[in-house]
Amino acid sequence: MKIFVCIKQVPGIAEVRIDPKTNTLIREGIPSIMNPMDKNGVELALNIKAERSSEIIALSMGPPQAQEVLREALAMGADKAYLLTDRAFAGADTLATSHTLALAIQKIVQESSKDENYLVICGTQAIDGDTAQVGPELAEELDIPQITYVQKLEFLDDNTIRVERIFRTEEIVIIDTKLPALISVLKEINSPRYPSMLGVVDAYNKKDIIYLDAETLEADKSLLGLTGSQTEVWKIFVPERKGEHIQLSGSIDEMVHELCQNLKEDKIF
Amino acid sequence: MDFKLSAKQEMIRKVTREFAEEFIAPIAEESDQNSQLDPKVMEEMKKMGYFGTCVPKEYDGADLHDDTISFSIITEEIGRVDASWSITTGVHASVCLYPIYKYGTEEQRREFLPPLARGDHLGAFVITEANAGSDAGGVETNAYLDGDEWVLNGSKIFATNGGLCKTILCVAMTGQKGRRKELTVFIVDTDTPGYSVGVREDKLGVRASNTSELVFQDVRIPKENVLGGKGQGFSLGMKILEYGRIQMAAQCVGLGQAALEASIKYANERVQFGKPIGEFQGIQWKIADMGVEVHSSRLLTYQASWMCDQGMNYGLLSSMAKLKASEAAMTATHDAVQIHGAYGLMKAYAVERYFRDAKMAEIYEGTSEIQRMVIAQTLLRKGWQL
Repeated sequence: MKIFVCIKQVPGIAEVRIDPKTNTLIREGIPSIMNPMDKNGVELALNIKAERSSEIIALSMGPPQAQEVLREALAMGADKAYLLTDRAFAGADTLATSHTLALAIQKIVQESSKDENYLVICGTQAIDGDTAQVGPELAEELDIPQITYVQKLEFLDDNTIRVERIFRTEEIVIIDTKLPALISVLKEINSPRYPSMLGVVDAYNKKDIIYLDAETLEADKSLLGLTGSQTEVWKIFVPERKGEHIQLSGSIDEMVHELCQNLKEDKIF
Repeated sequence: MDFKLSAKQEMIRKVTREFAEEFIAPIAEESDQNSQLDPKVMEEMKKMGYFGTCVPKEYDGADLHDDTISFSIITEEIGRVDASWSITTGVHASVCLYPIYKYGTEEQRREFLPPLARGDHLGAFVITEANAGSDAGGVETNAYLDGDEWVLNGSKIFATNGGLCKTILCVAMTGQKGRRKELTVFIVDTDTPGYSVGVREDKLGVRASNTSELVFQDVRIPKENVLGGKGQGFSLGMKILEYGRIQMAAQCVGLGQAALEASIKYANERVQFGKPIGEFQGIQWKIADMGVEVHSSRLLTYQASWMCDQGMNYGLLSSMAKLKASEAAMTATHDAVQIHGAYGLMKAYAVERYFRDAKMAEIYEGTSEIQRMVIAQTLLRKGWQL
């Protein structure tokens, strides 16, 4: 079985700074990290591999520097890593991104043996864009079942998985599906390991990152990058904090009482 | 000349820093006060491969035997949060594991390295005795050959990892070479009858690390457990320490770095006379000196590591690094306590621990005076050459 894990390199902070002139993220001086939920995805793949014979393939689309997060996935234990990088991919929205990722997965699947099944794992959402769209769109592109917001997974047999999906708060749906399928995972599913020292050494000395561009993927350029995007960013901004800050004092009882009054007045409850 | 670390080395630093901050730092103070290394941390560190850094994968190591810079980065980052752990792994790997890999026979490597590299066994290297410390030639522990076995008698003191180790490199006297003693290094399994652990020392610093007295009473060691040949003990011991000193320097870089970071934070936060104390020149000069001292130590340490990897003679540089880094850690931690004022004297502030840990480093693995002796002798004999 092949397990594809889709990974995004994101800025390592919760609050982003935007260049007001270009409306793009300021990346200077900000360390880039592997999107946290994608790391949960890698961990899940490693846990599956510990029990079932499989090959873990990490996949990322981004500029050449995105290879850093793929190295990290390799250091954690992924077997192979593909970086989809090409100027033609730049400026992609979620649709163009998932189309490109789908081309790569299809290509790798076609090149493998016919009876080998596959599972695609995505983090539910990335901490920069927060759209949670790439996973579902990728499943549509691949025309395979998708289960989002997954917090638990088990295999019923070689080709069937059972997952727990958080539907609404405190509502869990259990779904069985045949592979191939795509799941998007939540951070609750596991706690990702640190790569071991040998893992890091092997990631650099024993493993390679395979680069794929638009030509290798035989892509239709009208479906890639900015050209292939159906959404257009009109404006990006960090919301200003407008709320007032009130400090309460007195005994605990008094403060609690005052707090409840305020909440009622503000119709918070 | 390129001062840039490789992407691999950068990742080793990043991962080790995050790991150390998550698993080691939160209980460092508790470990110091209980004088105990936490077994759960030990298990996590084993998984990370921190006990097998400097030997190849084929002996279950982390394959960093030709990348001493990475090994130093690991020791530095662990030392940055808890010097008791960095001395434990540093000593284990640099003066027990690595010498067996570097100077051992293939049989010795196969027998001893894998469990040591996995951290299932802990290692130690012992020279110091009641009458032999800085003067390594004063060793009185002795061994004689009886049939196919060496019989070892004597006792060692201040052995780092002493009470916890399974494998010891023990320097003992095996005869006389003219007026000098003939020394030999033995690989001793601590399960051998006749071996026992004496008192465990209660120390000023690196309190969680185990420092004990070791007793050898008719300990019978297989003939093949001689490391590097009979009579090679003195020169081999010195070579082992040359390598070990790099790691001791690295741990001091981490300790100094910790003192610097704590001081920067405190100087920016603490307000007296209406402004953060970092705005006073008296504090600024201390911070500036700490930065210079710590980073120059780091450069010496990395250069010694690099020379080791290049197959160059690195003895001079490793002594310089150990001397510089331990004294820099001492002054940096001293100033850190001063910057923190009365808070710096309190157990609740980590700088109090850093200060005690740093003092240890000016003494163990060759005192500052011994390092100066080594450096001066090398310079006077060979002139300035790297």
